[in-house]
This record gives sequence, structure tokens and C-alpha cells, in this order.
Amino acid sequence: MPTPLLTLDGVSKSFGAVAALQDVRLELHAGEAHALVGENGAGKSTLVKILAGVHGPDAGTISLDGRPLQLSGPADARAAGIAVIYQEPTLFPDLSVAENIFMGRQPLRSLRRVDYAAMRTRAAELFARLGVRLDPDRPARGLSIADQQLVEIAKAISLDARVLVMDEPTAALSGIEVERLFAVARSLRDAGTAVLFISHRFDEVFALCQRITIMRDGRWVSTDPAGTLTVDEVVRRMVGREVSAMYPKQDTTPGDPLLQVSGLTRHGSFTDVTFTVHAGEIVALAGLVGAGRSEVSRAIFGVDRHDAGEVLLDGVRLPNGDTAAAIRAGLALVPEDRRQQGLVMELSVERNTNLPRRWSLARAGLLFGGAERSAAATWAQRLQVKAGRLTDPVSTLSGGNQQKVVLAKWLATAPRVLIVDEPTRGIDVGTKAEVHRLLSQLAADGVAVLMVSSELPEVLGMADRVLVMHEGRLTADIPRTRADEQSVMLAATGQAAAA
Amino acid sequence: MSEPVARIRRALGTWDAVVLLALVAVAVVGALTIEGVASPRFWRFVVLEAIPIALIALPMTLIVITGEIDLSVASVLGLTCSVMGQLWVSGVTSLPVLILLSLLLGGALGAVNGLFITGFGLPSLAVTIGTLALYRGLAYVVLGDRAVANYPTTWTTSAIQPLPGTTIPWMILVVAALAVVFAVVLHAMPIGRGLYAMGNNAEAARFAGVDVRLTKFWLFVASGAMSALAGVFWTLRFASARADNGSGLELAVVAAVLLGGVSIFGGRGALLGVLAAVALLGVLRNALQLAYVPANTLTVITGSLLIASVVGPNVAGMLRERLRRRRTTAPTVSPSS
Repeated sequence: MPTPLLTLDGVSKSFGAVAALQDVRLELHAGEAHALVGENGAGKSTLVKILAGVHGPDAGTISLDGRPLQLSGPADARAAGIAVIYQEPTLFPDLSVAENIFMGRQPLRSLRRVDYAAMRTRAAELFARLGVRLDPDRPARGLSIADQQLVEIAKAISLDARVLVMDEPTAALSGIEVERLFAVARSLRDAGTAVLFISHRFDEVFALCQRITIMRDGRWVSTDPAGTLTVDEVVRRMVGREVSAMYPKQDTTPGDPLLQVSGLTRHGSFTDVTFTVHAGEIVALAGLVGAGRSEVSRAIFGVDRHDAGEVLLDGVRLPNGDTAAAIRAGLALVPEDRRQQGLVMELSVERNTNLPRRWSLARAGLLFGGAERSAAATWAQRLQVKAGRLTDPVSTLSGGNQQKVVLAKWLATAPRVLIVDEPTRGIDVGTKAEVHRLLSQLAADGVAVLMVSSELPEVLGMADRVLVMHEGRLTADIPRTRADEQSVMLAATGQAAAA
Repeated sequence: MSEPVARIRRALGTWDAVVLLALVAVAVVGALTIEGVASPRFWRFVVLEAIPIALIALPMTLIVITGEIDLSVASVLGLTCSVMGQLWVSGVTSLPVLILLSLLLGGALGAVNGLFITGFGLPSLAVTIGTLALYRGLAYVVLGDRAVANYPTTWTTSAIQPLPGTTIPWMILVVAALAVVFAVVLHAMPIGRGLYAMGNNAEAARFAGVDVRLTKFWLFVASGAMSALAGVFWTLRFASARADNGSGLELAVVAAVLLGGVSIFGGRGALLGVLAAVALLGVLRNALQLAYVPANTLTVITGSLLIASVVGPNVAGMLRERLRRRRTTAPTVSPSS
């Protein structure tokens, strides 16, 4: 093989105590499309951000044409000829397509006036080269995501990008749009650009790419020509690890059906979702990011309205879009985004803990400081929340302790059905184990638990049953005995409809 | 690490105390240096002037804490005065009936605001600037340039009757009672906890089962009704219903709410500070008038105070925010897919 165009060698990156990348290597050649695959959390996005100059690596080297490359910001990456196309491009909606392409480097006339005519002509040339029909004069607002990506690609070409990184570009595209994007990517590849393609869709990976690099848990696993690999082999390498014994799921006998979801549909998010969770059962909802899992839990909880279907809690239908009623009925949701949805960061630990049950804490309609404090203290102690004072803002706590406050706030409502969305995301290993023990204990006490998780070991270790979603639909319902990495991953990527 | 934070928090917690102290200081210094400030008559006028501002400031405090604002209050007051005058002229001669109808009208006008803001998701600033003009215009449509002034003197004197043995109008008891009601709702009832939560982070409040839209809707209804009550008082105090009654009063109310330590961004503030600020602004303005400070200078001083009222608490807030940022940016970034 000739000298690679771009080489990453021994690249590591940590965020606090979390190692996102460890000793990762990658070689991109001119005129080659290279796929990067891995589970959620494997470190793909961190790698992309390093290439884009957003993060600097803690260790390791990046070199271009064999010369070391120092990227201290996105401007450096652009100057080096590295362009990144994100899943959802961020264009200026009220500016024209041409203005977006030449933002910050508009062609000028005398007196530093913007030369709109030249800008328009050059934009039109770029689109002609890409073989797409887009009007340079139209505003970016209202462009489909596919067209927005093409605008970004046009921008990349106008910058003479030699490396084009595409981070899950097809996740939001229809079949025809994917074809058009691939036609563009192939023509760029054949013209000598190095394309790095990140996707969860294996058919696309195999259709476009010559080589495939697999990552797992922030580490490089393998790089091989696509022709020597099969889908099964790729999946095996993506997930191939031991499920550790840290998951203390006790065996329980499922009781009565507590949460029954039937035909639940929200247009544009998910379609015809039907499942049941029994008392004492932990049911995992697995799938890729963007498959619609969080949207389903929000709709069950009433934060979002649903367009069709119904939710029954212990046989009683929950009103559509009424969170307060869902809480009264015994439903609790620990949301995905702790800082935006789970907690009011500026308020105290005490106020946050008591917020969902502020009505039941009141005596004769009034809240008394003593009752609030002892209620919060009880739960803070039970979950071993480490906080200075209960009156301190919850923002002063560590991520793990914040998550415990979220759990405390919902467990305090004595829920009969508990939905947890990514319950252990971004928290340390010790707290993780505590959370798992807690969920297991709750199930043993007869609570029905629905756990949305992107971590396969967590899913397989904790769940009695695994539901899998793919692109807004339930694609599999796998009992504990038959659930393994491959069956879940295949269903999550839409490769197989497991039983 | 949490020690400076705790200290700033404690300082913030006493913003009420700062305003109260300023009130006492202005009153004492005024009484010692300005002829007439020590007289009972002076305090009678301060209270008469403060009553409508305080009535409107009560719901306004709650609204600003949720992160919204109601700028139409003075126009609701004016329209209420006009309609009440027109009803009186048309033969409605029962005061309780007039008060009841006024409150219903005010509530309805507030409901219109609330509907646009919560039903259509429009920003309250834009909606209530619109209804500020709309309601004032309707007030002129109803009454034109006329002034209705022939109310029975028993009505007009009873509205400003002093408490026995003092010069202070008895209406202050009504204001005090309503202040207690609003303070209990804000500080000691589940609704109040929800108000602070939605003012800081509406999304997290929704996830905790707080009905953000319904709560805000009723706050705007309350704001309309309280403005109408202030309008009834205004009419009787001046024995005159005119379409331009209370013009510009919304700025006095917002100034008092902000000076009282309520964050214009929502989520922070208390009712005690706001009431102290209403009194502080009233005493200051009347004392300076007595000292023959020219009207222009008076405007400059109140304007500066308004700026100070926004800057003061926000500087403290910014310091707090900066500390929070420093604490949270470093270690909490988590790797994602």
C-alpha cells in the first residue's frame, strides 16, 4: 500500500476518569472509503471530534502525508483539508445556500463588498460537480437533511478537503437520498478524496467501503478489507466481550401485567409499539441511538402526546399527555438527560427530591420546612447521596450523586412502574453497581421496571426480557435465556427480526 | 469548594434584607433632612400611591419568577376604569356589583393574555406589549375623552378612609391580606415549588409533573383580576374614571419587582423583597418631591434605580453562575457513541 494520507497512531483521550479512547490507530488512504463501526459508546464520536479539531488527543500522533499534524482547533482541521459532515448539519437557516457555503470567506469585490454574483456562480459550479440540483439562492431553511448534508459537502469541496469524515450521515435519510449521497461519496472517492464513513447500517458499510475498522470500548479492534468480513463477524467483534458478573439481577417470577402499551404511535418518532411489563420484571428496551426508545418512554409518561394507541397502568388507561396523572397512577420516569430533564440544577437537593410529590407532602395544602427536610433526608440517606447540605444547589454534586438524587426523587413517589432511561450513563463504576443493585431490589419488591439502555452488557446482565427497537418500531422481544450480543445487535441494526 | 458558593448563596438569600435596610435608611435620612417626611400626612400619601402598585406587584412577582412578564397590567387597569365608569353612567348603581364585574373583566383580559402565551406558545413580552396597546385603545373606545366623576362621595371617601387613630388608609389591610395569600402560595404551597422549578428549567419541571402551561395561564388571569382591583381603587381614590388612568404604571410595578430581587430570567426572588421595594420606591419618590427635587432629576434617579435593581442581583447571579461553570465544565463531559 502507498503512504497513507492520514494516520492516527496511539491516540488516547480521557474525560475526567472516563477513558473515551485508548491507543487507537487508523489509516486513511487517498481514493478509499473507510468504514468505522462500533457500538454506542465505542468512541467513534470522540474520534471524529479529534479529527475535526474539537478535542485535542491526550496522547498519540496524527499525521498527514507522513508529516505530524497539530490540530488545536476546528480552523486547523479545515486548513489541513479535513472536513466533517455531521448527522444533522447546522446551517444558518435564514441565509442562502451559497452564503452558507462561503460563510466567513465570501468572495469580495472592491471596498470589501461581498461579490454575490461570484458566490452564486461558484456555488452552482460546486453543485454541478456533485451532480445535484440545488438552487444557490434559496434559503437554507426548509432544506431536507439530505440536502443540508449536500450543502456541507459542497462546502467541504470548496475548501479542497482531502479527507471527508461522515458521521452517521444516513441515519435520517430515506433510501433514495442515501443513494444520492453515496453517488456523491463515490465520485469524491474516485477523485482521490479519503472518505471516513461511520454508520450502524452494515449494508451501507459493505456497499460503499473498501476497508472496515472496528472499535469497542474506546479501543481499536481490527482493520480489514471489507471483502474478507461478513456481517456476523463484524457484529461479533463489535460486542465480543464477557458480560461481567457485576450485574446482580435476582431471579423473580413475573406477577400481574402492570404496564401495558398497545399500538402506541407518535408520527415521526415511533410506530405501533406494543409490549407489556409485569410486576417484578426488568424489561430492557435496547436499540441504537435515535431508534425512538426515549421518545416511547416520554410518550408513556405523558411528557409528549401520542397520536394513536394507549397506555394502561394496572389495567387503567392513562390520559394522553398528562404527566401529573401518570405520576398519581404510580408511574415514574428517570429521564435520559439528567441535567436538562431530571433535575432543576439551580434548586437545592431538597427541593429537587420533593418536587414530584410536593402535593402529597403538604398538610392541609401547606408545606412545612421540617417535613420537607426530613423527607429529603430520608431518601438522601437511603440512596447514600453525598451532598454537603441538602439546601445546596444540586449542581454542586458529582454526576453520580446527581443521578442518585434523580432516583431518590422518583423512588420517593413509591412508583409501581419505573422507567429508567440510560440510568448509568456518565457515572462511575461504583455508583453504576449501586444503581443496578437498586433496580434489582425494586423488581424483587414487585415494581415493574422498563430500562432503556444503550449498553449491551447492562441490558444482558439486568433484563428478564429484551425488547429491541429499530427505526421507530419494535423488532424483537427476546427472553433472557435467548438474549445475547448478536441477537440484540442484529435486531437493533434491522438485520434480522429475531423471534 | 462549596464554601464560597455557600457564602454567596447566603448573601443572595438576604437580598430582601438589603432592600428592607435601604427602605429604613431612606425613611430615617428623609425624616431627618427633609421637612415634612416625618409627618403622618406624608405616609398617608406614600401608602395611597403604593396600594395599586403593590396589588399588581403581587401576581407580577409570581409571573416573573416563572420566567414570564405581564406588561399589559396598567392598560387592564385603565380599561377596567373605563368600563366601570360606563356601567355607572348606564345605571349600575351597586358598588359590590361594579367591583364584581370589574374583577371578572380583569380576569377575562388576563385570560386572553394567558391563552395567547400558553395556548399558542408566544412570548409573554410580545403578547403583553400588544395587549398593552390594545386594552388602552379599547379604554378610549369605551369612554373617549370623557371623565366619569360623579360617583357618590360615600364611595370615594370610604376607599381612602384612614384606620382609626391613624392617617393610614384602611385599604392597606386588604393589600396585607392579599400579600399573605400570595406569599403562602409562593413560599409554602406545592404550587410555589412548581413556579420556581419552571422558572429555572421548564423542561425538568414538566418531567416532574408540573403543568407549566396551566399554571401560567392562571397566573395571567390572577394578574388581570388584581389589575382590575387596582383599577377600582384608582377610580374611587381619584373619584374619576378616565381612559388614561394608570398610564405607565406597568414600569413602576416591574421596577419594584426587579428591585425586590426577582430575577428577570425567572427562578429566583421572594415576595418580601418586592413589597419592601414597592415601599422603598414610594418613599424615595415622595421624599424627593418634598425636597423640591426637579421632576427631571426625579426621573433620572428612578431610572438609575431601575438599572441598579437589574444589575445588582444579576451581578451576584453572574458570580454564582461563573462559580458553577468552573465547577461543572471540567469533569462531567461524558463520551457518547
